[in-house]
Amino acid sequence: MKGTAWKFGDDIDTDIIVPGRYLIYTDEERLAEHCMEGLDADFDKKCKNGDFIVAGRNFGCGSSREHAPIALKGVGVAAVIAESFARIFYRNATNVGVPLLEAPGICELVENQEEIEVDMEKGLITNENGDSIEFKKLPPFMLEILEQGGLIEYLKNKR
Amino acid sequence: MPTMSEKILARASGKNEVEAGDIVIANIDVAMTHDLTGPLSVESFEKIGAEKVWDASKIVIPFDHQVPADSIDSANNHMLMREFVKQQGIEHFYDVNAGVCHQILPELGHVVPGEVIVGADSHTCTHGALGAFATGIGSTDMAMVFAEGNLWFKVPETNRFEITGKLKENVYAKDVILHIIGQMSVDGSTYKACEFAGETIEDMSVSERMVICNMAIEMGGKTGLVEPDKKTIEYVENHSKKPYKVYKTDLDSPSLNIIDIDVSDLEPQVACPHNVDNVRPVSEVDQEIDQVFLGSCTNGRLSDLREAAKIIKGKKVANGTRMLVIPASKEVYSKALDEGLLKIFVDAGALVSAPCCGPCLGGHTGIIGPGEVSLSTSNRNFKGRQGSPDGKVFLASAAVAAASAIEGRIVAPE
Repeated sequence: MKGTAWKFGDDIDTDIIVPGRYLIYTDEERLAEHCMEGLDADFDKKCKNGDFIVAGRNFGCGSSREHAPIALKGVGVAAVIAESFARIFYRNATNVGVPLLEAPGICELVENQEEIEVDMEKGLITNENGDSIEFKKLPPFMLEILEQGGLIEYLKNKR
Repeated sequence: MPTMSEKILARASGKNEVEAGDIVIANIDVAMTHDLTGPLSVESFEKIGAEKVWDASKIVIPFDHQVPADSIDSANNHMLMREFVKQQGIEHFYDVNAGVCHQILPELGHVVPGEVIVGADSHTCTHGALGAFATGIGSTDMAMVFAEGNLWFKVPETNRFEITGKLKENVYAKDVILHIIGQMSVDGSTYKACEFAGETIEDMSVSERMVICNMAIEMGGKTGLVEPDKKTIEYVENHSKKPYKVYKTDLDSPSLNIIDIDVSDLEPQVACPHNVDNVRPVSEVDQEIDQVFLGSCTNGRLSDLREAAKIIKGKKVANGTRMLVIPASKEVYSKALDEGLLKIFVDAGALVSAPCCGPCLGGHTGIIGPGEVSLSTSNRNFKGRQGSPDGKVFLASAAVAAASAIEGRIVAPE
């Protein structure tokens, strides 16, 4: 996977990913319009399908709102790569089909809007200079859930 | 030598023993979703192709976030949830007049020691104050619970906070938990069960223990827990008819990390924008405020209203500052009426509203504008949490909120 990295800091909370006033919506397109709007009002227009979010520690802290990973899916984020993730968000993102890659050192490797390459099989992230770091590879069952677009699709296809 | 979390998860997964790091499938005793996370849970439930919920008596659905409906979209969400309740025969449904989910669940007897409780709301950890294993989950996981009645968990390690010292006057449970989060940082307990013990916790009422457990998630905790004691049992027997089982932690457990905290010299604390671990003593904060919010699942209980009313009685909310008081439930509201507390707030110039989440999540009422400053007794001060991303939210106790409302700036009660 290749795409642009949109870089954010530590402790990006779910209110930043999608503010509380939009939780009355459940559809992907509408939630996507407000994705990250507290930090960048035009993020939904800038982020292209297949781009990445790169962030520091504790990405997704805060609420259990599944609207947050749905909004990220809606703007086309191919994966979130962070130093670490918050617990409920990790589970929710996997369930809706957004891969989360834990990659200590990612913030030093990647600049904002740099083109990066992510190799899911090798567990490698490479920047424009060709420098790379490893991330914790996802277990096969999780890859299967993500490939099928989330837990519900996975279960439906299994039946 | 297991911890209480390990014991509860072993019981719920039908095993003799489990240890931290194990993945278990636990049977769920109570599943809660509300008007804001409910619609997504119902959509997912339908997408799975499930027809009937596993047990209509174990699901609790309160409306609390957008109540009464403030837009056609909210009204639609409410209608969708009411239809689901009717269609599935959900036994415990609380419409717009009941109160905040984390207050009414224990108050109406849905929480007892030893249970596994999941809620599609991150502050579900509140219920550990009664010795249950209670944790927040997303809507897809909730749909799975609705369909199957169980869910997989990674058994957590435990951070046990041994809290000692008698609290000084005007220092409350909120100050203790803000201090702990300030020490631990916002990810200092990620994926861990947070147990609160020691003489300070023993001295606290069940309501105060709820304040503490409510904010375990603000340091990344999977749940907050207090070992049941006489006060817990008295509360449970007064509120619930359900059977319960008391579990306690074996202190020789290898998955236990003990953290000692002395609060005898603690002063009133405030969490400054935009993270809950940005905590300072009130005396070090110099800040004018536009709005004060007294309420929420953290500090909207009767004891909070009493503390605030004591301070504000006979005084006025400062010119240029507005104060919103929102009791956390119908029961709290009714008792506050009986005790004359609401009149004290109204006479002081505050606005008293019906039980709901209020400005806490910036979606319904009391939203702040660009550059405005809110002092709130709730649990999160994230950027944009209560409205404009250019506003600021400070968090403090009910007593600090009341004293500050009178002064129009953040001050400690005298």
